[in-house]
This record gives sequence, C-alpha cells and structure tokens, in this order.
Amino acid sequence: MNKLESSLKNMLLSLTLITAFAGALLGGVYALTKDPIADAQQLKQDRAKAEVLSQEGNYTFTTVEGGRNVVVYKAFDESGDLAGYSVQTSDSNAFNGLISLMVGFDTTGVITGYTVLSQSETPGLGANMVDWFKTNKGKQCIVGLNPSEKKFFVSKDGGDVDAITAATITSRAFLRAVKLASDELGAVRLFDELDEVAVQQEADSTFSLSKINITEEQIHKLFEQQ
Amino acid sequence: MNKALNTLTNGIIRENPTFGLVLGMCPTLATTTSAINGMSMGLATLFVLVCSNLVISLLKNLIPDKVRIPAFIVVIATFVTMVQLLMQAYLPDLYETLGLFIPLIVVNCIVLGRAEAFAAKNSVGLSLLDGLGMGIGFTLSLTVLGAVREFLGAGSVFGLTVYPADYAQLIFVLAPGAFICLAFLMAAFNKIKK
Amino acid sequence: MVYLLIFISAIFVNNIVFSQFLGICPFLGVSKKIDTALGMGAAVTFVLTLATIVTFLLQKYVLEAFHVEFLQTILFILVIAALVQMIELILKKISPSLYQALGVFLPLITTNCCILGVAIMVGDGTWVSKIPGAHSELLQGTVFAFATAIGFALALVLFAGIREQLSLNKVPRAMEGTPIALLVAGLLAMAFMGFSGVV
Repeated sequence: MNKLESSLKNMLLSLTLITAFAGALLGGVYALTKDPIADAQQLKQDRAKAEVLSQEGNYTFTTVEGGRNVVVYKAFDESGDLAGYSVQTSDSNAFNGLISLMVGFDTTGVITGYTVLSQSETPGLGANMVDWFKTNKGKQCIVGLNPSEKKFFVSKDGGDVDAITAATITSRAFLRAVKLASDELGAVRLFDELDEVAVQQEADSTFSLSKINITEEQIHKLFEQQ
Repeated sequence: MNKALNTLTNGIIRENPTFGLVLGMCPTLATTTSAINGMSMGLATLFVLVCSNLVISLLKNLIPDKVRIPAFIVVIATFVTMVQLLMQAYLPDLYETLGLFIPLIVVNCIVLGRAEAFAAKNSVGLSLLDGLGMGIGFTLSLTVLGAVREFLGAGSVFGLTVYPADYAQLIFVLAPGAFICLAFLMAAFNKIKK
Repeated sequence: MVYLLIFISAIFVNNIVFSQFLGICPFLGVSKKIDTALGMGAAVTFVLTLATIVTFLLQKYVLEAFHVEFLQTILFILVIAALVQMIELILKKISPSLYQALGVFLPLITTNCCILGVAIMVGDGTWVSKIPGAHSELLQGTVFAFATAIGFALALVLFAGIREQLSLNKVPRAMEGTPIALLVAGLLAMAFMGFSGVV
C-alpha cells in the first residue's frame, strides 16, 4: 500500500479516525478501571482507619466532621460498642508543605497509633516521621500519651516529646497536627457527653447538669474552638 | 535474523537511550531514588514504547506526512493514559511514588524519537524489536542508577539492607545525588565503550 | 503575601530543574551559551504562562464538567502542541523581531516536559500543597506557572554561564560533554538545597 498523500481531506480523515479510536479505547479502559481505582483509594483509607486503633478487628465507622479540616471517625467493634477514634488531620507548615496523618485514639483520648497518609518531607530526615514517633526510645514515642495532659510539643521548645534528629520543623508540624486531632476529638467527645446528658435528663427529671464532670473552663475552650 | 538481533541489542548497548543518546533525562533523574522505583519507571516506559512503535508502524501508511507528529502524539498519549489508569487501579502505591512522571512519558523524547526515527520507516516486526530493545536499555539504566543511589544513599539495594543506613550518605537519594551519580555512571559508560 | 511566597517557592525552594527534575533536556541541550539560554528562557516563560491558563480553563470547564478527567494527558499535550504552532504563526505575522529571537526555540518547547508537567500540576491543583495559603485558582495558578518559568530561565542562564567557563578548561576525556555538565548541575542543585525550608 502506498503512503497517503497529505491532502486536506486525508489529513483530517486520518487524524479524526485516530483520535476517535483513541478516545473510544480510553473510554473502555476507563470504564474497566473505574471501580478498581475507587476501591483502591477506599481500601487505603479503610486500612489506615483500622490500623491506628489499638487492636485489630472488624470495625464499623461513623464519620463526624470536625472543624479545621479534621475528620473524626468513631470506631465501633462487632458488638456495637465504641472502641476508639481514628482522626484524620493535617498541617500545612511542615518543611515541604502539607503533611496529612491518621491518628488513632482510645475511648479516653490516649493515642493508640498513627499512620502518615501523605507527606513530601526530605527522605532520610523529615520523612522519618513515618516511624519515629512510634519507636519506643527516649521521649520520642507518642503512642500511649494523651496530648491534652502533656506538654505536647518538642523538647527543644520545652515540651515532652523528642523531635526527629535534624528535622525540628517537620516534628513541630507533626505534633501540631496530632494536637489538633486531639483537640477536635475532645470537642466531639464533649458534645457526645452533652447529648447523653440531654437524653438522661429527659428520662430522669431529677438529673442535673452538675452531675457530669465538665468544668466551666472546658466549655469556654470548646466555644473558642468552634 | 542478524538484522533483528542487531535492532534488539542496538538500544541496549550501542545506542543506550540514557547513557548513549542522553534522552529522557527527567524521569531518569527524578524517579531513581531506589532500584525498585527506577525499574518500575523503566517498565512503564517500555510498555508505552513497544505499543506505540507497534501501532505506529502498522499505521504508517495511513498517516499523511504533514500530520504525523500530532498523530504520533495521540497514539503515545493513549497508551500513557492506559498505563496511568491501570497503575492507579492495581498498583496505587507505586503510582503515588512515580506520580507526575507517568503522564510525562508522553513527552519523553525516547518514545516520540523512536516513533519518528524508526517505527515510521520500518516493518512491524523490526519496530517491535526496536521498541523492546530501547525499552530494555532504558529500564536497565534506570535500575542501575536507582541501585547505585539506593546503595550509597540508604545502604540497601532493592530494599535489602547491605550496610547500616547510619553510614549512608543521604545526599545521594536527594536531588544533587541524582545528577552526580548519573555523571559518573555516564563517564564510566563512555570509558568502557571506547 | 501569598504571591510573594509563590514566587520564592517556585523560583528557589522548589526550582523546577534542580528539585523537580522537569525540563532537563533543554536544560542540558540549550545551555552552552548565555544568549541562547536567555532566548530559551524567554520562550518557555511565554509559552508556559499561556499554556497554563488555557489548560486550567479546559480542566475546569471541559474535563471536570463532562467527567472525562482521564483524557487529561491526551488533551493537554495536543493543546500545548497546537498552542506552540499558533504562537509561532502569530509571532511571525505581528512581531518578526520577536519571532527571530524566539522562533528557533518554539518547536523544541512542545516536548519540553516542564510545560506539560506544570500544566498537569496546576490542572490537578497539586502544586498548592507546597505553599501554605495558596489556592488552586486561575490567578494564583498562572502566577505559579510564570514564577516556575522564571525559575527555569534562572537555572538555564546560571548553568550556561558556568558552561561557558567550563569549555575553556581541560577535563578527563570520559567526562567530556554531558557527564561534566551533569556534575556541575549536581553542585548547583546542592546550592539550591540551601533554600529548602524557606517557605
């Protein structure tokens, strides 16, 4: 077969055909991969949510939107009891911009684990945060701490947690993100408690607000946050 | 038979795309932070190269000369998008690591260069072998560069620890190390070839 | 303020050549003389800014509006190729002197991966994650593209200056040409690492 001449008709025809065919082919591949892509993303999120909790198990999650880009997932175990919280949080002032984390808390607000969802910190330095804060060495491990009871910033700034070697900026951003998660979770838990009180109060007319252990200071803090 | 063998080995040694032709430098430098990453990028490019060479040599008589470049670009971009979608679906972690450099295979000079310089002039079989050879050459160079950088910068090769990472020089997995490693590998390649 | 941050980040901290590894081919190919480096830098600045505006609008009003985001790569590269051709034709007509200065570089730009790379970054909005306070919108995206191109031009001119000096020196035979240039680029990249963490 001879090569087609470069006449306008031929040029238009061949380009249109090739493009149409390419479009159709891609449409097909897209339709095939659409569900697996969505599944893969969902799976990653689900795995992160479950793995930061203290025990492995089949959890079902309900979502509560917190403020300041924080999302709180309440984890319920198979018997329907509250097993803990997975909180998605972030900080945009790390060394190379945004870091995003999933932090696990038990029902009392103690950290049970964390996983880094996305980061672009320097490999070998800031990127070490993936394991640093769960390695039990010196004061660097945050698992088992309750951020609202500790001075939750790096020891260089007078806090209770050791920063990553040569990556103080990353460490500050990391702890800020975890503290933010803890604060938002605190607010969510307080609201739940208030809800509970309201329900109980309806059932029992002798019940009074003073029975729950919430201080005036806490309420003020709560309203400041919102 | 001899010609076929020549075409295949041409891309691997004599006209190695990275060390010989100095093409496709962006992915070469950016994705070789470890041997695995380099190899994966090489394989993705290999797939696109083989497919685009094949299709373009099949269609070469149907494409008028004046519109050949846009036509080639459409063919290449189609295969790149296919790789992109498949990786997102089945290798999501790897896709995240390689990130932007998967769609950028479109503008990798090797792919368009081989389409223009070889596939548009040769038979289907030879074009296929040429794509395969060039792709293997590219994959090999990226794997070697990735392995060297991983060894010097993180103390491991293919994720297996060779010596404690505390003694490794971090600079080699960072940007400057990419340039420096490639410079010395290329010099070594030149020396051996002569 | 955010525009200042975008400039500093795109030019120094996340320099497109030294830390993002985009546009390495023209960086190595057209950097033997300062004059040509300036010409290439100007041509890239012009095309990159324009291409980003066009592709960003296409992303918002075509790809996302019709839910065909998977056609991004194919659409962007065709638009960039067409745009480059168009600029070439228009320049030839309205400003022959500018065409003479930039003309030879224009065909090379289509396959310059920094154009497609930045277009995708701005289209997807992934660039904002490195700059606190930035939003993925047309004006900021365009400023980012412009600043990135300035960073590219800066890298190219710096490098060309060094290479002009380098050509007068004797280097080992195996290191001649590209290897020694890469080594210089490595040292420059190290210098640019000093900016990291500024933004």
